[in-house]
Amino acid sequence: MDRQTVSEQVIEICNDVFDNDDLVLTEDSSMSNVEEWDSLTHLSIINDIEDNFNISLTLEEISNSKSLKQLVSAILNHL
Amino acid sequence: MYTFKELRKASNVQIEGKKMKLAVLGNCSTQFLRIAILGNAKLQGINLDVFDADYNQIDAQLLNNQSEVYAFNPDNIILWLATDKLYEEFLDMPIEQKTEFADLYIEKIQRYWQLINKNSESKILQMNFTEIDDKALGQYSAKIEYTFIYQIRKLNWLLQQAMNQNSNVYPVDILSIQTQIGQSNLYSSSFYYNAKMTVSPSALPYISKAVTDILKSMSGKIKKCIVLDLDNTLWGGVIGDDGLNNIEIGELGRGHAFSNFQRWLKQLKQMGIILAVCSKNNEDIAKEPFEKHEDMILKLDDISVFIANWQDKASNIKEIQQNLNIGMDSIVFVDDNPFERNLVKQMIPEVEVPEMPEDPADYLNFLQNCNYFDVVSFSIKDADRTKQYKAEFQRKKSEQSFMSIDEYLKDLQMIGSVSFFEESKYSRIAQLTQRSNQFNFRTIRYTEDEIRKISEDKNCIPLYFTLKDRFGDHGLVCVVIMKKEDDKTVFIDTWLMSCRVLKRGMEEFVVDNIIKMAKEKGFSTVKAEYIPTNKNMLVKDVYKKFGFKEYEKNKYIINTDNYISKNVFIKEEI
Repeated sequence: MDRQTVSEQVIEICNDVFDNDDLVLTEDSSMSNVEEWDSLTHLSIINDIEDNFNISLTLEEISNSKSLKQLVSAILNHL
Repeated sequence: MYTFKELRKASNVQIEGKKMKLAVLGNCSTQFLRIAILGNAKLQGINLDVFDADYNQIDAQLLNNQSEVYAFNPDNIILWLATDKLYEEFLDMPIEQKTEFADLYIEKIQRYWQLINKNSESKILQMNFTEIDDKALGQYSAKIEYTFIYQIRKLNWLLQQAMNQNSNVYPVDILSIQTQIGQSNLYSSSFYYNAKMTVSPSALPYISKAVTDILKSMSGKIKKCIVLDLDNTLWGGVIGDDGLNNIEIGELGRGHAFSNFQRWLKQLKQMGIILAVCSKNNEDIAKEPFEKHEDMILKLDDISVFIANWQDKASNIKEIQQNLNIGMDSIVFVDDNPFERNLVKQMIPEVEVPEMPEDPADYLNFLQNCNYFDVVSFSIKDADRTKQYKAEFQRKKSEQSFMSIDEYLKDLQMIGSVSFFEESKYSRIAQLTQRSNQFNFRTIRYTEDEIRKISEDKNCIPLYFTLKDRFGDHGLVCVVIMKKEDDKTVFIDTWLMSCRVLKRGMEEFVVDNIIKMAKEKGFSTVKAEYIPTNKNMLVKDVYKKFGFKEYEKNKYIINTDNYISKNVFIKEEI
C-alpha cells in the first residue's frame, strides 16, 4: 500500500471519529490544530487504524503520533 | 457481537423511553467503557444516561454524601476494580502482608457497598476479577498464598460469597469474558500504558453487553421459554426418515454433542426456563424418541408444550406463546434450519432467533455465549415451572391458529429447476429414494444401478428438482419418475421430496412440471398412486388437492387438459 492510499484511509478514519462535516483534514492536521482531537478521540483513531490495517502500533508510536503525517508514517512501518 | 466502532456511533443516538441512569466508578480509566455501555444499551432500546466519574475517584465519590455520583441519582452504580491495578498494589506490599490481600480487599469492597446503600437508592453492579498469573513460583504459585494468582482467586471466591449475602449486588462476570475471549483479546498493553485502560477496545463490546444484559433483565426483559426444533437440533438425523434406532444421540460421535446439549437444556428447565417443542413431524413419530429412546436426556415430562405438525412454525410459536401466556419477546427459538429461522424472524420479529452454527458440536458453546438467560433474582422454590405450564396447556389446547404466509413466500424469491437424471446425480437420487419416508407416495427404494437403468429407459421420464431462495441453495430436493403405461397414459411411479422444502410452494411447482412434461411427451392421462405406510400419512390427500380423481382406493387419475396450473411462488430457472 502506498503512502497516498494510507493517507486517504487515515483521513477517512479521522473524519469518522471527529464526525464534523465542516472539518477539512489534511496531512498537516494535528492535535494542536484540530479541536476535536483530544486524548480520547486519539485512542478511538488508534483503535480504528489498528482494526482497519490489521496492525498493532507500539506504545511509542501511539503517544508520539500527534498529527496525521506522523500517523501515516507509523502505519507504513508496519505494512 | 457489535464492534467498538458501532457502539461508539450508537452512543450518540437519541432514543425515547423511560430513562435509566448508570454511574461508572473505576480504579482505571472508564471513558471507553462508558461509551460502549451507552452504545450497547441504545442498540437494545434502553434510554440510558451514563455518568463517568474520573479515574480512581471511588473513595472520594462514595465517602462524600454530596458527591457528583450521588447527586446524579443513579439507578445503578458499576464498581470496577480492575485486576491490573490490584496487581500493582500487591507487588508494592511487603511480603508478610501479601497473604492478607484478598481479605483486605473484600473488606474494602463491602465498605463501598455499605456506603452506596447508605447514601443512595442505587443498585450495585459489581465486576469480579480477571486473573493475572505472573508465574512467580511457576505453577506452584497456585497453592502458595504469597502469590497473586492465589490471592486473586481467593478474592473471587470471597466476592461471590459476599454477593450471595447481599441482594442489592449484581455480578458483572468479566472473569467469564476473559475465559471466553482470552487475555490476549481482553488486554492491550498499549492502551493500558497510554491511557490506563485495562481492557482493549475490542473487548468492550463483550463487557458492555454483559452490563446491558443485566439492565435489560432489571427492566423485565427476560427470556422465559426456549422453543426447540427436533431433527438435527435435539438429535442428529431425521426421526421420520432414519427411524428410532438410527438417530444420533448418546455417548458416541455426534450423538454425544446432542446429548450434552440436552443436558444443558434440562438444567435450564430446572432453573425455571420453559422448554417447548415445535417440529415439522407427525406428533406420534416426533414423540417416539422421548418415550422410547433410552439415551434421550429430555423426556416428555420436561416439555411444557409439544407441537408437532406440518403447519408453518410461526403459527405454531404463536400457539405456544398463547398457551403459555408469555410475551413473544421472552421466547428463544432454536432451529438448525435457516429457512425456519428466517420465517420466524420475519413473521415474529420479537422472538429471539439465534443464528445457530453449522456444526451441532458448536451449539452448546454458542448458545451459552449468547447469555440469553440473565436474571436478577432466583429462588429454588419457584424454579421448575414445567408442570404448571403443562396443565395450562392441556386446558387451553384449542384450534390451531392459522396465519397467512404468502407474503413471506413471495419475499423468499424462490427459484426452482427441473432436469432429467444425469450421471453425477445418480447417487444422491438413489440415496433420496432410500431415505425419504414422509413425503414419499409409494416408498419404492432404488439402488444407484437401478437409477442408471431408469435414466436410460426410453419409457421413463426421470426428473429431479432443485430449489434455492435468497437465503441459500437447498440443492436436489425432489425426485419424480414417470413410467409409460400405454401411448396415452403415464404413471407416477415415484414422487418424493425432502421435508425441508414442504409447504412452501414446491409441491405446486412439481405437479405443474409433471403435467407439462407429460403433455410434451404426448401423454393425455396421468395416473398416480398412494401406498400408505406408517410414515407417509402426510401425503395422503395431496393428489386430491391437485385435482386428481380417485378412481379406485388410493389410485388417482387426471386428464392433462383439465389441470389448472397451481404454482405461484417459485420461478423456474431456464
